[in-house]
Amino acid sequence: MHYWIIQTLNSLALGGLLFLLAAGFSLIFGLMRIANLTHGSMYMLGAYVGVSVLKVVPNLWLAALIGGAVIAFFGGIVERLLLRPLSGNALGQVLVTLGISFIVADLCLMVWGGDPIPVPTPTSLQQPIRVGGVVFPTYRLVVLAIAIGTAIALYLLMERTRLGAMIRAGVDDMQMARAVGIPVSRLFTTVFCLGAALAAAGGIIGGPIMSAYPGLDADMLPLALIVVMLGGVGSLLGAFVGSFIIGAVYTFGTALLPDLAYVILFLPMIFVIAFRPRGLFGRASV
Amino acid sequence: MRRFGWIVFTAGLICLPAVAGEFYINLASQILVAAIFAASLNLLVGYGGLPSLGHAITAPVALLATTLIACAFGWISLRATGLGFLMITLALSQVLWGTAYRWVSVTDGDNGLRGLTRPAPFGIGLEGATSFYYFALAISIAAIGLMAMFVASPFGAALRGTRDQPRRMSALGHDVWFLRWITFVYAGFWGAVSGLLFVYYNKYIHPASFSITASAEGLLAVIAGGAGTLAGPVVGATIVMLLKNYVSAYVVRWNMLLGFVFVFIVIFMPEGVVPGLRRLAIKLRKALARSP
Repeated sequence: MHYWIIQTLNSLALGGLLFLLAAGFSLIFGLMRIANLTHGSMYMLGAYVGVSVLKVVPNLWLAALIGGAVIAFFGGIVERLLLRPLSGNALGQVLVTLGISFIVADLCLMVWGGDPIPVPTPTSLQQPIRVGGVVFPTYRLVVLAIAIGTAIALYLLMERTRLGAMIRAGVDDMQMARAVGIPVSRLFTTVFCLGAALAAAGGIIGGPIMSAYPGLDADMLPLALIVVMLGGVGSLLGAFVGSFIIGAVYTFGTALLPDLAYVILFLPMIFVIAFRPRGLFGRASV
Repeated sequence: MRRFGWIVFTAGLICLPAVAGEFYINLASQILVAAIFAASLNLLVGYGGLPSLGHAITAPVALLATTLIACAFGWISLRATGLGFLMITLALSQVLWGTAYRWVSVTDGDNGLRGLTRPAPFGIGLEGATSFYYFALAISIAAIGLMAMFVASPFGAALRGTRDQPRRMSALGHDVWFLRWITFVYAGFWGAVSGLLFVYYNKYIHPASFSITASAEGLLAVIAGGAGTLAGPVVGATIVMLLKNYVSAYVVRWNMLLGFVFVFIVIFMPEGVVPGLRRLAIKLRKALARSP
């Protein structure tokens, strides 16, 4: 019984991390029509930058903020200097992001070395919580809470603010949004930076669970891809639901059938794509 | 004129072992294998307008199995086109890579499968560098020739039609999805042929052959050479293999180099070497015709 509770909690924590990653990915894809293959790299870079920040400031949350800001800046540079000149050339943009992801992966290997770097859990959260004889690892609950908090914040941003309304307009009909005077170009940069920051913060916050290691980008990116395909492109709700489904499938798949975890992982995707190509909550037009 | 160029090129390749040492013959074999792979990927990217990042999944498995996998994966991936197609193929290839990596009882995981032997068709051993080179060359000629016929056929014309104007092709009564699916399977078949040659060459297979890097190298070969041209992938594969073999002798960071080459080519040479050279040749010819 205890085993199942822990696995459930693990799956929820992984789902939360996936949401931090996939929300930005989905928004970028929905708005800019860019399959941003650097997104996994942003996650890994965030984890590594966080590790370095932690050496100076031993506070995980501060590290997440600083890491997020640094990677947001990096994302902005990538978007402005490399993706912008290629606007309209979707294949070119994807190839450039792929190239950047190779460069970033190798750069991380060069700077931080090939050994996994563990990220310590904040001391205040190391004590597990006991409820009725069952022990819960506190940190995973906190990760889950952060993900839900982020989801609510993003929901409010998208539904209740002017910026969110403009983003939604851009996702729905880009040309019309431009025509009515929405600064779509600035919106692109904003969303790209936001997505990069979320992914990077996810990388550090996930650090105590997954640590920072080379190949983290290639591990996380396909999960984000599957989440977005499952949930539907450009949909926040889709990213949220998809993240927890994939988190659960991955965790329980690894626990029960470790050899075939990856095969099980793509079953929900096949199922959804076969019957509903646009994803669970995706719109038909995208 | 163009056919003449191909004949001269092929003749040059046939004569190569007479003048080159074993190292170069082996390098040439590797280039041939990469060229078949790039050419098959080019069917999807260049002629079908379907950029696939999962093509390396077709390479390392045996022929029949991969063709079947290509059937199934094609069926899944072709639910989407364009970017969706790219993402699904990427996810599928990652899933297969992960499976190969983790399913230790079948693939021996990170150790890879060793002790594989080369076949001996008609009792001719392929262990020597030269004999394997001719084996690879014969298959390459057959592969490129058959792919050229595929592209030149009415089917190929219809395929290019679906790339440029899928809706009109659909209105004209072509089954766009079916055309793409057949192409996916056909490209998967030749990708598998190249993968088999790859395994014969190395006598070893490792999950890394499934990785994004492998697919990306192929994609780079297609883009660098020029998508949608027959010679492009051959030229591109040559460039990538030479880069890999020569530059990586001096630069340890092959992945970073690959990344930079990617960014460079997409930004400065978006149409590839072959169309670029062709345009240059046309300009030159015009200039020559003008000057008496």
